Amino acid sequence: MRHRRDSREDGETSGDTCRKGQTQTMTSSFPWFGMDIGGTLVKLVYFEPKDITAEEEQEEVENLKSIRRYLTSNIAYGTTGIRDVHLELQDLTLCGRKGNLHFIRFPTHDLPVFLQMGRNKHFSSLHTTLCATGGGAYKFENDFRTMADLQLHKLDELDCLVRGVLYIDSVMSSGPSECYYFENPTDPDHCVQKPYLLENPYPLLLVNIGSGVSILAVYSENNYKRVTGTSLGGGTFLGLCCLLTGCSTFEEALEMASEGESTRVDKLVRDIYGGDYERFGLPGWAVASSFGNMMSKEKRESVSKEDLARATLVTITNNIGSITRMCALNENIERVVFVGNFLRVNTLSMKLLAYAMDYWSKGQLKALFLRHEGYFGAVGALLELLHPS
Amino acid sequence: MCAHYARSVETSPTMAECGRVDSHTMDKSITLPPDEIFRNLENAKRFAIDIGGSLTKLAYYSTVKHKVAKVRSFDHSTKEAASDKLYEISVQEEVTARLHFIKFENAYIETCLDFIKDHLVNTETKVIKATGGGAHKFKVLIERKLGLKVDKEDEMSCLIKGCNFVLKNIPHEAFVYAKHADSEFRFQTTDPDIFPYLLVNIGSGVSIAKVESEDKFERIGGSSIGGGTFWGLGALLTKTKRFDELLQLASKGQHSSVDMLVKDIYGGSYGYLGLTGDLIASSFGKSATADKEFSKEDMAKSLLHMISNDIGQLACLYARLHNLSRVYFGGFFIRGHPLTMHTITYSINFFTKGEVQALFLRHEGYLGAIGAFLKGAEEDNPNQYSWGENYAGSSGLMSVSPDMYPMQRARSGTFDMLEMDRLDRQLVNLPLLQEPSSYIPDTVDLTEDAPAREYWLFCFEDALDGVVKRAVASQPDMPEAAVRAEKFRQKYRHKLQTLRYQPFAYGSLTVRSLLDTREHCLNEFNFPDPYSKIKERENDVALKYYQKVVKSLEELSWEDRQFALVRGVLAGNVFDWGAKARPWLVDSYDQWLERLKGPPHKCALLFVDNSGVDIILGVMPLVRELLSRGTEVVLASNSGPALNDVTNGELQILTERIAAMDPVIQSGLRDDRLTLVQNGSSSPCLDLSRLDKALAMVVRERKTDLVIIEGMGRAIHTNYFATLSCESLKLAVIKNSWLADRLGGKLFSVVFKYEVPAGKPSQEAAVLTP
Repeated sequence: MRHRRDSREDGETSGDTCRKGQTQTMTSSFPWFGMDIGGTLVKLVYFEPKDITAEEEQEEVENLKSIRRYLTSNIAYGTTGIRDVHLELQDLTLCGRKGNLHFIRFPTHDLPVFLQMGRNKHFSSLHTTLCATGGGAYKFENDFRTMADLQLHKLDELDCLVRGVLYIDSVMSSGPSECYYFENPTDPDHCVQKPYLLENPYPLLLVNIGSGVSILAVYSENNYKRVTGTSLGGGTFLGLCCLLTGCSTFEEALEMASEGESTRVDKLVRDIYGGDYERFGLPGWAVASSFGNMMSKEKRESVSKEDLARATLVTITNNIGSITRMCALNENIERVVFVGNFLRVNTLSMKLLAYAMDYWSKGQLKALFLRHEGYFGAVGALLELLHPS
Repeated sequence: MCAHYARSVETSPTMAECGRVDSHTMDKSITLPPDEIFRNLENAKRFAIDIGGSLTKLAYYSTVKHKVAKVRSFDHSTKEAASDKLYEISVQEEVTARLHFIKFENAYIETCLDFIKDHLVNTETKVIKATGGGAHKFKVLIERKLGLKVDKEDEMSCLIKGCNFVLKNIPHEAFVYAKHADSEFRFQTTDPDIFPYLLVNIGSGVSIAKVESEDKFERIGGSSIGGGTFWGLGALLTKTKRFDELLQLASKGQHSSVDMLVKDIYGGSYGYLGLTGDLIASSFGKSATADKEFSKEDMAKSLLHMISNDIGQLACLYARLHNLSRVYFGGFFIRGHPLTMHTITYSINFFTKGEVQALFLRHEGYLGAIGAFLKGAEEDNPNQYSWGENYAGSSGLMSVSPDMYPMQRARSGTFDMLEMDRLDRQLVNLPLLQEPSSYIPDTVDLTEDAPAREYWLFCFEDALDGVVKRAVASQPDMPEAAVRAEKFRQKYRHKLQTLRYQPFAYGSLTVRSLLDTREHCLNEFNFPDPYSKIKERENDVALKYYQKVVKSLEELSWEDRQFALVRGVLAGNVFDWGAKARPWLVDSYDQWLERLKGPPHKCALLFVDNSGVDIILGVMPLVRELLSRGTEVVLASNSGPALNDVTNGELQILTERIAAMDPVIQSGLRDDRLTLVQNGSSSPCLDLSRLDKALAMVVRERKTDLVIIEGMGRAIHTNYFATLSCESLKLAVIKNSWLADRLGGKLFSVVFKYEVPAGKPSQEAAVLTP
């Protein structure tokens, strides 16, 4: 087990642990990909070498070149593939090579299109190993083989997640801080995003909010456990929003939520007690029953789709917050890192989580967030390709 | 999918109509039969009301006059004693306290309040305690109708007070729900120490409280995802308005078409973490699409799973954090709904891997009302007494499962009742129980044993004519006795019918509960002691033979006498003794005889059975032998009548009469070496966890080291497997061929079970922890 701080003192980051000399022979040849096939989204990280020598350039086969160009010169692929340019990590040294790390995502249901593309671009001719994690690595293994003639190297998603988080946090030295928190989370007027130096990260509670939620307690780079999980996650938010409002995308759902008012949908403590429930220290603004007002026909008729979307977001987010808080107490961990694509462009939920952690723990718990939200599994898979553990 | 959807649209209006008929037409036309609902209102006081979202629970305290049979010794010093009667039997009126709890739909609240007002004759009550979400809404109505001041009480503390009360006073209150087991309800033995526990109340939201003692509890958490979320979100998703209908929809749905399962992501299970493929990875994960229709049933089912799992998970996290293993669930989300009990149980099992069991309560719906009532009744100090569920007046647990038996479908939407009688005596454990928390009085659980249930229900139904006849015959001077007896017959037959379909109605169904229910029903119709005259006659006859029996025993050798004594107790227990060759069906007589050759016991506690030959010619000679050996004797008999069992009152007189003939008994009484105590019960069976407190004290003080239990009701139907911390003797003749067969013997097989606690030499069994 290597401790991150130690490795820095050694003059290298934990990601840079390729033994010199081994690099060229032991690690995979290009292209370097890491893939995470989740229930909703496929996350792909691609390392674009920037230090290609003339010699290499000459040797580089056409197929490889074409893939590199295709990926790096576009920011959208097909109708649904997107490269998150703002997340790109430049001038990264990985296994002795300098280059840029690209972050790409597309919906899991478009995986066949991706495979078709891989086939068209003769990906299989590169004889590369494709490291993949997430449930889809198992589910679609056969499709990769039959449709694109690709052999997957399957990896456990939580191993990859932990590895990815620790790596990205360790390499982020310049540019915007990877880790951040919200200052004054309980005061909406003064709640601001602040960088956080995750210097000595252990132990930490890692909450990954994808379609569902997994909660891990991480004690060191190689020592973690899955504490629990919940099926009420990002998939639930979107699924319920689609049913309740007729929307069809995450962005749409978030947009509606930002315009709605959940207090018209939820029954608050003050709706029942007229104010605070003092005997038990429950503030009047706390939600007593999510969607509780919807038991009444009149109220069902008076709410807007935006209100419903907002209430769904608040319900799911608060519930994750409350389970997380209980896990933190049970595991005796004070620092919580939230990741996963549910948090993408979802400041509403992040602020809610920051608030909930702070308020209900009376300031004991700190909610932390990472800029590369949903990509850690894919990063972990890439690392596995380069440094098999 | 489409066909499914269409069908549900067709059926739902019909269901909605039913709902409407229930709540709107009946409330105006309903007439309340005072014999059955709101009974004993004349003397009612201390009202409390708990108004929930759809149901109102009303509680009051009342006194009931009922007939009790008393025996009184004639004054033998006067010539009056010339009468040939052994003692005087009189039926007296006694006033006992009873708690009434009635549950009805909110739609009837006005009718009910009017009814109460009309029937409330004189009451000192000025206030009514109120709790529940609806208390505020109906405050004005209640104050106007009843002229009582509404005094609001905190909901959570009422719930907990109520919960403590039922856990302490009602055996088999808590149960584990197992959908696919032989009996869905597995009742728990009550640990005498009910604290600490976690109460998870699932109303519109969820409140989680940790209860540490009678007065100490803390709300440690909660969740906004609760019954209101199921209802509100369910109504939005399915356009179905009623909670019950939503549950019905859910019961028919397939959640896998809406939820994203582990196998939808992995193609199979997530082996590395041991997550099976059928596990829900993301609730509603498959509905994240605009171009697909989902059936109402499927969405309702998915919603139910989502909410139940979430609550179960939080409950587990809180239980773990506070190190609690007893978790009770209540609130309208649970309220006897098999579906929600099942999903919550499943969730708890999943998240705790079976370490914590989800517990439910038979009287869950009444907790708030009971608590509010107790808060208003503190000056009567109900917590100082023991209370018992009256099986005659209580409705029992009704499952609201839609495919349940028609009788209870008809009853839903009407009234449900719980009546509790204040017991004269405070009841406690027998201090000699090996493990009080795991003691189960009953030998066969008829809830779980279907063939046994079949047999005994038939048996009791078959015997009903005879019981009715006996009841009428016991009151020859009362012309209306026949009418009352007929009412008794109907009531008890109805109970048997109910139990046939819902054997869990009053906790585990047992021979004891069937017998007790019959006693309660007989009392209800003022047949307090149908056997009183028969018992008197038999006692009279037996007394005449006492001296002769004693004399013939005296003439025997020591060893022959010991056998004759045992035979006497067994024979007194059966009409036809015949020649019962040893070895008996269960036979540890030789060990017993060996033991008798050793030092005498310090004190023997003897639970007696029948009147007549049994007590006088069987038990009493054994008592005098024990006394002669130097063993003190405590004779425990029933506090109230049950069948032909000798009551404490009768036994007092009989013992005096015997003492007059027998110096051994006389000196025993005089020197306080023979003590008569009542057992606190009026049952033909024996529950060693609910015995008169005074009995427990005597047992402790005398350092009792031998317990003798005789008769089929007390030693076979109950306590056959009871383990005591001292030596014990269980004696009975099996007078029922079915039971004999069950135990591997024939009719009139003899059970002689002498037991010495494991790892304890019998000599030292006398050492008791105070």
